Amino acid sequence: MNRVFPHPVLSLGLLVIWLILQQSLSPGNIVLGAIIAIGAGAATGALALTRPKLKKPWLVPVLFVVVTIDIIRSNVAVAWLILTQGSGPGTARFLEIPLELRDPNGLVFLSMIITSTPGTVWVEHDQQANTLLLHILDVIDEQEWIDTIKGRYERLILEILA
Amino acid sequence: MSELPLWAAVPVAMLVVAGGLLTLLGCIGLVRFQSFYARIHAPTLGTSFGMIFVSLASIIYFSVTGMRFASHELLLIVFVTITTPATLMLLARAALHRDRAEGRSDVPLPRSMRQNEDT
Amino acid sequence: MSVALLEWSVLVAQLLLGIAMICTMWRMIVGPRAQDRVLALDAFYVTAMLMLVTLGMRTNITLYFEIALIIALLGFAGTVALGKFLLRGEVIE
Repeated sequence: MNRVFPHPVLSLGLLVIWLILQQSLSPGNIVLGAIIAIGAGAATGALALTRPKLKKPWLVPVLFVVVTIDIIRSNVAVAWLILTQGSGPGTARFLEIPLELRDPNGLVFLSMIITSTPGTVWVEHDQQANTLLLHILDVIDEQEWIDTIKGRYERLILEILA
Repeated sequence: MSELPLWAAVPVAMLVVAGGLLTLLGCIGLVRFQSFYARIHAPTLGTSFGMIFVSLASIIYFSVTGMRFASHELLLIVFVTITTPATLMLLARAALHRDRAEGRSDVPLPRSMRQNEDT
Repeated sequence: MSVALLEWSVLVAQLLLGIAMICTMWRMIVGPRAQDRVLALDAFYVTAMLMLVTLGMRTNITLYFEIALIIALLGFAGTVALGKFLLRGEVIE
């Protein structure tokens, strides 16, 4: 099992993408897609990535909804900033946040969430001190941002991976 | 373009214009913001909901007319959502690296160097 | 009736996206630094991709969507390569 399917989710995703691209469910395409999916999965097995172990997978949709709502809100906020403060807000600055999360997969999740939200960009992670350097477009209250990142995202990711 | 019932045509029209408007706003931010680190936030408007609105409009249009299965738009949403954070993080790190190498004072130093300054 | 509404809205969206592409090109030419140009190139790719999607809607040609997908992938690969270069290549301009 582990030799042939080091990453079953990745292989399944590749097969689905192949079938969507071909726009057919014919047996030939399923076989071809399966060969590609298994081959690519086995190839990434050589990279020895750690597979995330989800302890509470039912919280993933919760995280997804929270992030989607936040992306919508920050879309509006950043659009408003561009309209009202054209030359750039004076409140843009770097912010350092101490983290509890150490799992590499969890950090990847967190970085994707933070960077895909308009107005916040993940700049650097210090492994020794486990702190995170962010650049945020509109910092009015530093503590509010720290609470958002730690309370809304990090806590959920810690719970999912716990 | 083909005939659509009005209940589908109105959302398609609104979504496609809203998507274009969000993308334009992001690019205006890209032009008008003064510092690079402020500018890096602007294009995310286009890559998040600008892209999703335009793709959704296309999905609704082609699903209701039944001309084709809107598979490419779904894949576009997935690809762009996954790849944008990767490019932006890489660019932010590259910019910080270059600014530090030039010894600019407006960017934070690496943590290890700051602790040396304190002592 | 609905055809006119759709054609006009797609035309408006294409105009907006066209202005957006001009904005990114301006930033690409003006710079001032290399990372600004790469960031603008990335935004240019995404805007061009959206332009192709609207073109596909206007003409009902599936080929445009395939091109949009290819641009999305190539844009990502190109930006990552340039970003890596900025990180490890010539540091001082």
